[in-house]
Amino acid sequence: MRAAWTLLKRDLQLAVREGGAIGTALGFYLLVVAMLPLGLGPDLNLLSRIAPGILWIALLLAALLSLSRIFETDFEDGSLELMALGELPLELVAAIKALAHWLTTGIPLALLAPLLGILLNLDIGAYGVLVLTMLVGTPAISFLGSIGAALTLRARRGGLLLALLVLPLYVPTLIYGITAISSALVAPDAFVPSLLILTALSLGSLVLGPIAAAAALRIQMQ
Amino acid sequence: MQTQSFTQRFANPTRFMAFSGALMPWLAGLSVLVIAYALYRGFTAPPDYQQGKTIYIMYIHVPAAWLGMMGYALIAASSFGLLVFRHPLADVSAKTAAPIGAAFTLLALITGSLWGKPMWGTYWVWDARLTSVLILFFLYLGLIALRSSIEDEPLAAKLTAVLALVGVIILPFIKISVEGLDIPSLGISIPAWNTLHQPSSVFRSDGPKIHISQLVPLLISAIGFTLLFFTMHLKAMRNEILRRRVKSLRLAEVDRARASETTVAAE
Repeated sequence: MRAAWTLLKRDLQLAVREGGAIGTALGFYLLVVAMLPLGLGPDLNLLSRIAPGILWIALLLAALLSLSRIFETDFEDGSLELMALGELPLELVAAIKALAHWLTTGIPLALLAPLLGILLNLDIGAYGVLVLTMLVGTPAISFLGSIGAALTLRARRGGLLLALLVLPLYVPTLIYGITAISSALVAPDAFVPSLLILTALSLGSLVLGPIAAAAALRIQMQ
Repeated sequence: MQTQSFTQRFANPTRFMAFSGALMPWLAGLSVLVIAYALYRGFTAPPDYQQGKTIYIMYIHVPAAWLGMMGYALIAASSFGLLVFRHPLADVSAKTAAPIGAAFTLLALITGSLWGKPMWGTYWVWDARLTSVLILFFLYLGLIALRSSIEDEPLAAKLTAVLALVGVIILPFIKISVEGLDIPSLGISIPAWNTLHQPSSVFRSDGPKIHISQLVPLLISAIGFTLLFFTMHLKAMRNEILRRRVKSLRLAEVDRARASETTVAAE
């Protein structure tokens, strides 16, 4: 348990002290959302209607950018091999690394979303729901994404490939994330079921992600 | 020998090559005959009272969609065989099934789009079933892309197998989240994301909802295309085995050349 805690603390410290990593994702998120009205035109009614979708999709893209970081540096400098030999099972190591990614990317992006909602004229009533669904849904992004990060460690053009592998896996999260927000605005009865499904997807990915990522890491470290 | 299972028998590539070589012409001939008969039956079947002659697209569209899904299941099963049983032909099967399955999925998308134009007035709608087939196609692309971007072949094989198994676990969730789920006996009813497409009219708990004059040609066509799938898959597997043999022969030649070079240098 102490080893797990130490590893988590190390990964969080690395993410914070490296700098740039969190800021880049946030900056990318801001830019994508700010570019869209330039492309779509400044019609506030249109923007407020599509705001939840834009915020979710831009969040997926921003999180994708930083996914490859989950294992890459530790794989390159050999510390991942030490971790594989250590007392923690590799599944737990993968889970902790994905958790650190969620804490340093998923949460900041979700907290930035309402601010970007202002740019898109999002209904004030939707802000709480937006942040709630994103906090509940983003663990799936980190944990499913860790599978892609582990699979592409030794691939050429890893970054682009990662997007191709991982984006289809995010479809259920995206659909229920947006269903939850729009139902909270239109039909409150449907909000709780959508949120529960979103939670179930995140919990499921919490199980599947580390197992598959650890399998992929073992194959590459033999 | 007697207790060996079917899959164990063909763990020996030489035996597999002999058997599949003998089987190939029969399988190929049979699939041509069955597809020709199915198309004849299909095109002479009465046109639909609403959809008119466009119903004929169904005899290609529906089998292609089924085979697209079957191809992914085949890849997943082969991947399981590779990771768990380390069957020597499992990777050959998984690797060669991917482009074929992707091609059938694409065929289902294209025929569906051509059928959609007269029926829905547009080539593409963001309909639930079309969308889930499109995502299946993306999953195929992911498998092919991952394999082609890792040079070390055994490594690429195992990593692609992990991805295929992850995909097959998530695929039902994608399908349900896009298409919805309705099981009245369990009280489960999840609405579809968005739908125009008719629900499946063949596999239903209350029996097929399609007229027998159309159902029979459809099923024959499905059998024919399945035979075609396996013909192509078997042929591709044979090619892949030959390609690997050529590669290892070349590598052996290089090794020999290098060994003789070092002896010359030593002298």
